[in-house]
Amino acid sequence: MYGQELGAKERDGIEAGTEELEAAFQARIDRGERVEPKDWMPEHYRKTLIRMMGQHAHSEIVGQLPEGNWITRAPTLERKQILLAKVQDEAGHGLYLYSAAETLGVTRDDLTEQLLSGKMKYSSIFNYPTLSWADIGAVGWLVDGAAIMNQVPLQRTSYGPYSRAMIRICKEESFHQRQGFDIMRKMANGTKEQKDMAQDALNRFWYPSLMMFGPSDKESVHSDQSMKWRIKINTNDELRQKFVDQTVPQAEFLGLTVPDDKLAWNEEKGGYDFSEPDWAEFFEVIKGNGPCNEERIEARRKAWDDGAWFRDALTAHAEKQARRRAEGALQAAE
Amino acid sequence: MPSLPDMNSTDVVGMARRAAEHQAPRDRHIHNEELKPALFEWLCRMGDSTLILGHRLSEWCGHAPVLEEDIALANVALDLIGHTQMWLGLAGEVECEGRDADRLAFRRDVAHFRNVLLVEKQNGDIGSTLMRQFLFDAWHIERLRGLSESSSERVAEIAAKAFKEVSYHVDRSADLVIRLGDGTDESHRRMQKALDSHWTYANEMFTDDGVDEAVAEVGIAARSSELKPAWDRLVDEVFAEATLVRPDNDYARSGGKNGQRHTEHLGHLLAEMQFLQRAYPDASW
Amino acid sequence: MSKEWPLWEVFIRGQHGLNHRHVGSLHAPDAEMAINNARDVYTRRKEGVSIWVVKSVDITASAPSEKGPLFDPAESKTYRHPTFYDIPDEVGHM
Repeated sequence: MYGQELGAKERDGIEAGTEELEAAFQARIDRGERVEPKDWMPEHYRKTLIRMMGQHAHSEIVGQLPEGNWITRAPTLERKQILLAKVQDEAGHGLYLYSAAETLGVTRDDLTEQLLSGKMKYSSIFNYPTLSWADIGAVGWLVDGAAIMNQVPLQRTSYGPYSRAMIRICKEESFHQRQGFDIMRKMANGTKEQKDMAQDALNRFWYPSLMMFGPSDKESVHSDQSMKWRIKINTNDELRQKFVDQTVPQAEFLGLTVPDDKLAWNEEKGGYDFSEPDWAEFFEVIKGNGPCNEERIEARRKAWDDGAWFRDALTAHAEKQARRRAEGALQAAE
Repeated sequence: MPSLPDMNSTDVVGMARRAAEHQAPRDRHIHNEELKPALFEWLCRMGDSTLILGHRLSEWCGHAPVLEEDIALANVALDLIGHTQMWLGLAGEVECEGRDADRLAFRRDVAHFRNVLLVEKQNGDIGSTLMRQFLFDAWHIERLRGLSESSSERVAEIAAKAFKEVSYHVDRSADLVIRLGDGTDESHRRMQKALDSHWTYANEMFTDDGVDEAVAEVGIAARSSELKPAWDRLVDEVFAEATLVRPDNDYARSGGKNGQRHTEHLGHLLAEMQFLQRAYPDASW
Repeated sequence: MSKEWPLWEVFIRGQHGLNHRHVGSLHAPDAEMAINNARDVYTRRKEGVSIWVVKSVDITASAPSEKGPLFDPAESKTYRHPTFYDIPDEVGHM
């Protein structure tokens, strides 16, 4: 997910003579061919992809934190296992996506530094707090639900490594949304207190989930280019509509109320009319003023800084061992 | 030519025996009233130790020094929580008072926990976590190895399932202790410090008491002290390669496995772990 | 910033005895740890029974410009594909 188009979008100057290449490149994409790492590609395509995959990867990694917040408080041994396995999957998905980005000539360390310095963003949703166990249900049900909307089409994206990473991720994520919905079901059908928690979680996560698709991009030029290159498959509005249409009946099934007075079925368009999220809040969250921005980045920075000696020590040991082996071989030869 | 798969199988007698066992699981120890208190206690020692250590490892999720390590630690935590379900599940059966694994995990207070002290120690840095892990894994693998010959089929069965996973745990933690011990000056210093800090806690794992005696007498499990020589061999071998110095102190802390004096850390861990079950005792999850 | 662990490509042979298949990459300080990490990262769902790792920088890949000469000849060898052969219906499944 997390295809929110953020950050600088500088268009690189087109070098002379590249026009023909660009046309051939576009033709390949139009034929549905995949672009592979060593293929020629426009510099802007490369940069856009690095940003997209990097931000997607960062979102997986930062996304570990709000759910990880409840691993140590999961209410049963089985719930603990499921949640731990799920959050572990997010780490794996971040890893796959960083690897895919690395095929374009950046390193994971570069990308990490850019996350920690605030140069690169991650999905705004993970700046919201998880306050009750029902939030873990809501995150799985709504946030993963929204993510899947975006990720399923991205399996067909034009960049081969990204597409392959998405295929693996989608396969693994199939249980994520279900486990969230399962928690919601249990809560919604539980004691009065549990049901209240479930409703409260829906109230707090509904609009942030709608924000995950990004502001309307009907008029966006960047979006146009990305769609031409097939690194973005649907518009933000299409996906948001699809998400609402899918989720509202699920909320009804749970006996929960979507916090939107204007929500109504529109026969003509065959979908729901619904209220827009508060985009002013969205921009504040992106700017760093969300409820948990500081805590999230601080947690990642601490993990990174505290782990430096560990990473360095393992490098040092590997080098020592390689040296010893070389010396051993030399002595054996003499 | 009729097909004769029973003649083509090399171990048809063994297969038949196992199949029969599967049909009618019998374990004379499980409902032995006389043995009950000791066996229940012993099973809680196994299950509580894997639970608390699994919980501690799960605290790393999202905070490890590198993604690959984050994922690996979660795998070990998942294995240990899986073992907990088996050990505490069996403890509940033995106790016969309607408590299942969840009930035992989430509704007992500090004084009723029987985990060894080592596992309730706070994580500290990643080196401290991995050293604690290695000292425990080296004990764990020896414990499980012996249980394959347990006179309790149920115990042997759980141990066999856990053994494969723990073989990987100990390979991995030993490897990392070696690498970090023989890495940089800083990592060496941190690992030696972690070893010194954990050492007298680790010694508790090899102390015997009446519970050990009772289960040993009926052939369920070896006495804890009997695991020591094999553990010594393994840790000495690893410390030598890791250039770490084994602390010269045989003093064993006590109070974890018998529950008489846990550390202050356990109460905080349980307060967090048991919060939902305690705050909403009527709810199901 | 300290030195980053090198990148490794991971190949896994699944339970069904097929060839090792490229599944992705990861970082590790050396080959032994790359194998361990691959087990933890890429076989979380019991996907594999055998793992190969190779440093990404040690892989030599065909250049994209050679894509034509390297792969086009195979395109004419349609006899390698079962649909090349006309089997009469009455023969049944083959």
